[in-house]
Amino acid sequence: MNDGAIVLQARDISRAFPGVQALNGVGLTLRAGEVHALMGQNGAGKSTLIKVLTGVYAPDAGSIELLDRSGERRAVSPQSPLHAQELGISAVHQESHLLPNLSVAENICAGRYPRRPWTRGGGIDWRETNRRARELLAGLGIDLDVTRLAGGLPAAVQQLAAVARAVAGDARVLILDEPTSSLDAEEVRALFALLRRLREQGVAILFVTHFLDQVYEICDRITVLRNGGFVGEYACAKLDARGLVAAMVGRELVDSPPAPHTPASESAPPVLAARNLSRRGQLQPVDLEIKPGEILGLAGLLGSGRTELARLLFALDPRDSGEIRVGGQIADPADPSDALRLGLGFCPEDRKHSGIVAELSVRENIALALQARMGLGRFLRPAAQRELAEKLVAALGIKTASIDTPIGQLSGGNQQKAIIARWLATQPRVLILDEPTRGIDVAAKQELMNEILALANSGTAVVFISAEIEEVVRVADRILVMRDRAKAGELPRGAGEDAVFAMIAGGQ
Amino acid sequence: MKRLARHALFWPTLTLLLLILVSAIFHPGFLAISWQNGHLFGNLIDILNRAAPLIVVSLGMTLVIAVRGLDISVGAVMAIAAVVAALMVGGSFSADGEVVSEHPLWLSLACALAVATACGLWNGLLVVKAGMQPIIATLILMVAGRGIAQLLTGGQIITVYYPPFFTLGNGHWAGLPAALWVAALLWLALQLLLSRTALGLFIRAIGGNPEAARVAGVRAGALTLCVYTFCGLAAGLAGLIVSSNVKSADANSAGQLLELDAILAVTLGGTALTGGRFTLAGSVLGALIIQTLTSMIYSLGVPPEVNLVVKAVLVFLVMLLQSPDFRALLAGLTRRGNTAR
Repeated sequence: MNDGAIVLQARDISRAFPGVQALNGVGLTLRAGEVHALMGQNGAGKSTLIKVLTGVYAPDAGSIELLDRSGERRAVSPQSPLHAQELGISAVHQESHLLPNLSVAENICAGRYPRRPWTRGGGIDWRETNRRARELLAGLGIDLDVTRLAGGLPAAVQQLAAVARAVAGDARVLILDEPTSSLDAEEVRALFALLRRLREQGVAILFVTHFLDQVYEICDRITVLRNGGFVGEYACAKLDARGLVAAMVGRELVDSPPAPHTPASESAPPVLAARNLSRRGQLQPVDLEIKPGEILGLAGLLGSGRTELARLLFALDPRDSGEIRVGGQIADPADPSDALRLGLGFCPEDRKHSGIVAELSVRENIALALQARMGLGRFLRPAAQRELAEKLVAALGIKTASIDTPIGQLSGGNQQKAIIARWLATQPRVLILDEPTRGIDVAAKQELMNEILALANSGTAVVFISAEIEEVVRVADRILVMRDRAKAGELPRGAGEDAVFAMIAGGQ
Repeated sequence: MKRLARHALFWPTLTLLLLILVSAIFHPGFLAISWQNGHLFGNLIDILNRAAPLIVVSLGMTLVIAVRGLDISVGAVMAIAAVVAALMVGGSFSADGEVVSEHPLWLSLACALAVATACGLWNGLLVVKAGMQPIIATLILMVAGRGIAQLLTGGQIITVYYPPFFTLGNGHWAGLPAALWVAALLWLALQLLLSRTALGLFIRAIGGNPEAARVAGVRAGALTLCVYTFCGLAAGLAGLIVSSNVKSADANSAGQLLELDAILAVTLGGTALTGGRFTLAGSVLGALIIQTLTSMIYSLGVPPEVNLVVKAVLVFLVMLLQSPDFRALLAGLTRRGNTAR
């Protein structure tokens, strides 16, 4: 590991929000030519620290020193993301990619378009724009037609272009906030190749992720935060994964024993059965059965049809063919409202877009589905909502300043738990969880898995969808494997990850 | 004080009080209220009375905006309702010299409201079922509605001679204008509906994140349809008040530009145009602010030709005062001024 010059040094950063001390005297040191992991559970203060560094929030206390272009370290206080960029601190966020209706070149040069000198007022020099973008991408080893609309590119390529845009303005500090959460292994490799190249060029990179293996693959040093406080800075070589997790959660995490779960009896009639469920262009006809108290895992690659199947079961999309039976009776849910009344529940994979109502309080978000089932007239009074929400917040260990806090202010894992609480409130017979563990940290994942097992033990049938095969294998009683928008087959409990991988790969 | 300033209705209330204060300074006796001919009489009462149609329309508009919609056809719907009512009531002298109506009054009013409700349903269908942008969907009826109204009247102003029809816009119940009662009762009914049923929660969920509301099992489409339908009904009611007040129906001028006043009233009241956050009380205050402005301009004796310019300037000032960004800028300037000294 090289010990590059210190590019950015933050000391004693503190920042409070109403009811929460988000950061308390946190320090961070970034060196040139180094990839530095920022680790911590949800709510540890990672996002807040990034927002302080990029000028979204002003810190209540603390100082930031940055190596300026003349090679001296000076105190800076970024006032806005734009100001931070001018200072040399750029960030790429998990969900803010590119403007979809502009070309790649336009996206990369946005805000600093080259002007034609000979026209009065300086029209944009498109040829120069494209040339610069091409040059930048070529310099980073990215092969991409810069005139294509960004919206038409795969998410992973957009991510690469977003990184290129971030470093285009001579950035010395590059912050990546969970850049890999929606990428597959191949795409992660391409991103890491880019990061290595930037590292060689002397950029200091701050890398936030929930994937431990990625930390050890690319990072040199790790800073760990816990509950808004600074735990320590470690060299990767000197802290193994167990030690890292222990530092994050503040206790030794024993290899979680699978919570006791008694699979449903073979003879019990299925609570939910679907036959020939299909939708043109989305899903080939699929049969599926699930018994009370059973956990059915849905495994498959991104785009294999696992989410599409879940959406058809919950009637979020219209089906072209198929019959759905609930408790043996033919049920024909036409929309989610029908599915809800049949006793189904659905936690969508895209929490922000179709899960939470950000401005509503935790209490109202939790009460929403139950209220929808009770209808307009039988109103859950605020007092009843409060009782319900308090019970579930306590049961699931949701961390929130109060149940009247807007849910948008909670960390991702806690938002996810609140959405699950919303469905637990309806006491569903079948709960469909689409990627419930995406973007949440190790300890929260563990709690969530235990929650799912407890739910199944209480008799609820659970459909569990996850991109992480290891999770599916651990909790599922039976695994339905999807491949190319069709059912590839089923595996019984006890099947190993290898068996699932083999089925996904199609036995080649 | 700070907590008071953070209350959603603080700025609209302050604005209204400020306008009333300015009016009272320029126009002594503005605040006077007296008892004449068995009912309350005064400038303030007059403002409330004249604001009633706008309040009624704004209530419907508030709910539409709260579900991320917009209805710019309300003015045209007012005209349609007014014309239907006026044509059906009509009025002629019977043999013994009494004025009789063409059709029973209740039937005429019911038909007018039914037509207005159908207009609202049409808008809702275009938005919810056809998936049109609300502003475009309601633009159709905004243009076509007035055309339909003109077609019905043959381009004539329809005069009504049947006196009982005049009560809604001119009469008094228990000393207060009938129109004010109508607006107040509608507001109260809505407020009760919002606090006693889950309607408020559903509307805020739909406005905040329509997709999430749908996934949570809220019948977002059906509710949105209902809200547009109600907005049509409210516009029809306002049309009846206006035509009853002027004892006639003019397809051209009834409710003209009222859609813009209603949107302005809703905005002034603090409802977010992006949906989700809404306040009925705020919209009522907004409507009162607009009517007070109009009355103020008249009572100040501003010549009619500069009337609109003065109104525009005042609306501009009011919106500036209500803009949090502008207030922050102002606060920043005064702070800098203080430290300089």
